[in-house]
Amino acid sequence: MKIDNVPMKGLSSEEYEKALKITWKPNLHYTWDNGIGIGKYLQSLKEGKILASYCEKCERIMLPARAFCEMCFRPTDKYVPVKDTGTVNTFAICHVNWDASRLKPDEPRHIPAVIEIDGASSGQGIMHLLGNVDPAKVHIGMKVKAVWKPATEREGSITDILFFEPY
Amino acid sequence: MKERVAIVGIGVTGFSSVSPSLSFKELTYTAAVKAYQEAGLHPKEIDSFITASEDFMEGYSIFDEYVPDQMGAVMRPVHTVTADFIQALGIGYMMINTGRFRIIAVEAHSKASNVKTLDEVKAFALDPVYIRPLKENADFLAGLEMKRFLEETGNTEEQCAQVVVKNKANALNNPHAAHAASLTINDVLSSHPLSLPLKELDAAKPADGAIMIVLASEKEAKALCKKPIWIRGISWFSGQGNPWCRNFAYADYAQLSAQKAFAMAGITNPLKDLDFAEICDEYSYKELQHLESIGIARKGEAGFLTQTGATKLGGLLPVNVSGGSLGVGHTYEASGGMKVVEAVMQLRHEAGIRQVPNAKTGLVQSWRGVPTATGAIAILSNE
Amino acid sequence: MGFRKVAIVGAGITKFVRRAQETGPEMSYLASKMALDQAGLKLKDVEMVTLGTAPDAFDGVHMKGEYLLSGAGGNNKPYIRNFVGGGTGVFAPIHGWMHVASGACDICLVVCSEKMSSCHPHPQGAFLTIFDHTTEQPLKPTLIWIFALEMRRYMETYGLTKADVARVAVKNKNNALDHPSAQVAEAVTLEDVLNSEVLAEPVHRLDISPASDGAAAVVLASEDVAKRLTDKPVWIDGVGWNLDTAYWATKDLYYPRYVEKAARMAYEMAGITEPHKEIQVAEPYDPFDYKELHHMEGLLLCERGEAARLTAEGYTARTGNLPTCPSGGALGVGNPISATGLMKVIEIFLQLRGEAGKRQIPGKPRVGVAQAWGDLMQVGTVIVLRR
Repeated sequence: MKIDNVPMKGLSSEEYEKALKITWKPNLHYTWDNGIGIGKYLQSLKEGKILASYCEKCERIMLPARAFCEMCFRPTDKYVPVKDTGTVNTFAICHVNWDASRLKPDEPRHIPAVIEIDGASSGQGIMHLLGNVDPAKVHIGMKVKAVWKPATEREGSITDILFFEPY
Repeated sequence: MKERVAIVGIGVTGFSSVSPSLSFKELTYTAAVKAYQEAGLHPKEIDSFITASEDFMEGYSIFDEYVPDQMGAVMRPVHTVTADFIQALGIGYMMINTGRFRIIAVEAHSKASNVKTLDEVKAFALDPVYIRPLKENADFLAGLEMKRFLEETGNTEEQCAQVVVKNKANALNNPHAAHAASLTINDVLSSHPLSLPLKELDAAKPADGAIMIVLASEKEAKALCKKPIWIRGISWFSGQGNPWCRNFAYADYAQLSAQKAFAMAGITNPLKDLDFAEICDEYSYKELQHLESIGIARKGEAGFLTQTGATKLGGLLPVNVSGGSLGVGHTYEASGGMKVVEAVMQLRHEAGIRQVPNAKTGLVQSWRGVPTATGAIAILSNE
Repeated sequence: MGFRKVAIVGAGITKFVRRAQETGPEMSYLASKMALDQAGLKLKDVEMVTLGTAPDAFDGVHMKGEYLLSGAGGNNKPYIRNFVGGGTGVFAPIHGWMHVASGACDICLVVCSEKMSSCHPHPQGAFLTIFDHTTEQPLKPTLIWIFALEMRRYMETYGLTKADVARVAVKNKNNALDHPSAQVAEAVTLEDVLNSEVLAEPVHRLDISPASDGAAAVVLASEDVAKRLTDKPVWIDGVGWNLDTAYWATKDLYYPRYVEKAARMAYEMAGITEPHKEIQVAEPYDPFDYKELHHMEGLLLCERGEAARLTAEGYTARTGNLPTCPSGGALGVGNPISATGLMKVIEIFLQLRGEAGKRQIPGKPRVGVAQAWGDLMQVGTVIVLRR
């Protein structure tokens, strides 16, 4: 068996421009039910708090809040607020937008991070952005604190936290 | 030597047109807890898990990411098939037959109410080059098919309407059902035209709900439960994939699946050997077309059987005593699952006022909806 | 033992290209036809078909499996699509294995097809909706974020430099010069990788595999049929897969524990107790260069934290003790997600048959492993092949 002569050659940019194409922009909209766990989590963000769930069996304090413990497979026992401070577990300094277009040179770089939240079990992190910080100074282990939107502007979304900043 | 495979636990949430109090994870968790409780198992004792789902029905790319937690399947062998529930059940059946797996859990759910542009999603399944640019509602394919089917077989629109009346009435006896109603044939015939001859009440309406089913090998099944329900035959087929090459009068996938499933189960005379059937009725005419393609009714006779009451509870072969998709609701990838749940309840003799007396063997059938020609059949039995 | 053995008896693959003129079904057809020809079979000999393909969002078609059906030979056959995100390409032959090992059929066609170029302006856009719709998507994440987060965690845990990681890209892109399917065959140096555009520190452009269009297929057969068809069957000796929690930010990203679980499942079935000694050739999934290192460790092919050093020492070169990605991998050949995974399985198949041409590793290998990864740092899929 020999696999050396493979089909397809691909279009060059020029050929692609000339090729007949069909375009379709789908109109897809969703409204997802948050349910109990995430519903409480979002309500809590609106109130300026980060909410976790506690499972008596495995004794984990889990983020984000959830209605059942996926490891013990039983309902969680209570919702507990945790702090709005944490430690950077890992981070990136991003120069592109979500659609792969490049940020302009003068636009601030995005600094996504996994932040282990104080008061939750070890390793329980959330993804968010870092701000008010020189990208060159960010490091794993850095202590950070949430910067919240003003209470009147909060709407029960993860973006009620604008970003985390060093403190 | 192949081991037999049985259903040892079912979990179902019930179906409703909306379900705002629970997230999709919580909905599935509810079904999973019920199924595991019935089977007397902790998810750690389950060897592998299968989900049937489609990305665009969930509003995610790679929905596979979001399935393990609510099934108790974190760090376990889990996989997704973008298929109907009965196909997923067939994969579970095969996995047990490899001899490497003893217990498999199969899940599907619908959160159709969360999809705000369902018709756009449906249209997004049409061939992007040949069909989608026509900018027709995807139901037009069902209209084409219904027209050709009725014309070629002599079945009538009134007989299709009778299917709707029967199934929605059956659903009045099913506490899980979302779209039960007491209707007349005229109500159906005079309902809003969709793609004539297809009318609004000929088409099943969406519903939310989750289903989890636990499968086990014969040895495990006998140890786990008193009333295992055996999968005696299971098969799925895709017919002609391109709608423009199809024989619309006939459901080739249903015929092919039936031949194989009947051979596996040793069924030679379906009308005699089956005690009930749960047939895909996403559109009214589909119940008739499927009955004829499967070989339960002769060509052109499914409408007559319906009209004369042969397919209602107490008739020669009750069809969709659950209420079917027309009565219970259309749950997309979970559609076949709803029918399997009904069959299991019937075969355990736990179906209450809609119980088919002395039910021993039943057929469940599913179809993946427009624009597909893919469907599956399972033959289930309590002996 | 009474288990049915399953062999690969034929393989087909297209060229991996930036923009294919062919549609998804046409690409599926090209790979399927080639695999059947190689096996000396006709479509009518195929009893069942399973197809693997990554998100529908790439092609812009809902129910993509149904759309690709006619090209994948699914008409009038039991046909199903399996889907575990980026892990799909190696899972697809595992799914095919289920079909044959169960006795449901003797001949199963396994097809993987991906047309990423249909998604505009860039296939990356399809990845926004892989993140949690409520707790993550409002932050407008990109796929590169999560790789950069994981890469940094991995590098920092073991004190690795960018160069330690970039050597994988150099090795694989150069290996790909010998692969007929390679999308952009160009020799690159360590400097090229390190000096390429920074996308999300620490990820540079040449750390990433290119988005591609491509398809691949294999034919699986039961023992009797396989022995009739070929005197060089390659047996599927072990299969494993594993899915970790969706709460990806709550686990330490430095180690792919789900890959280890999948590998242990496959090794146990294959009777492999010392993978680093028994496995002679490996195709770990390498959509990003650090991922190959990560996956070598998860596959238990070396100690944790050792993969970079072994790479620098040439241990994983084609002439090394344990060649990894002799094909050129996703980094070199291109990354049409599911087709890449199956390309890796095909590479092991060819290497074990001694038919990999210029890419053939010395020493007549008997046992090899291919692996893919997918979802939100969640899925490991592993297949062990033996001559």
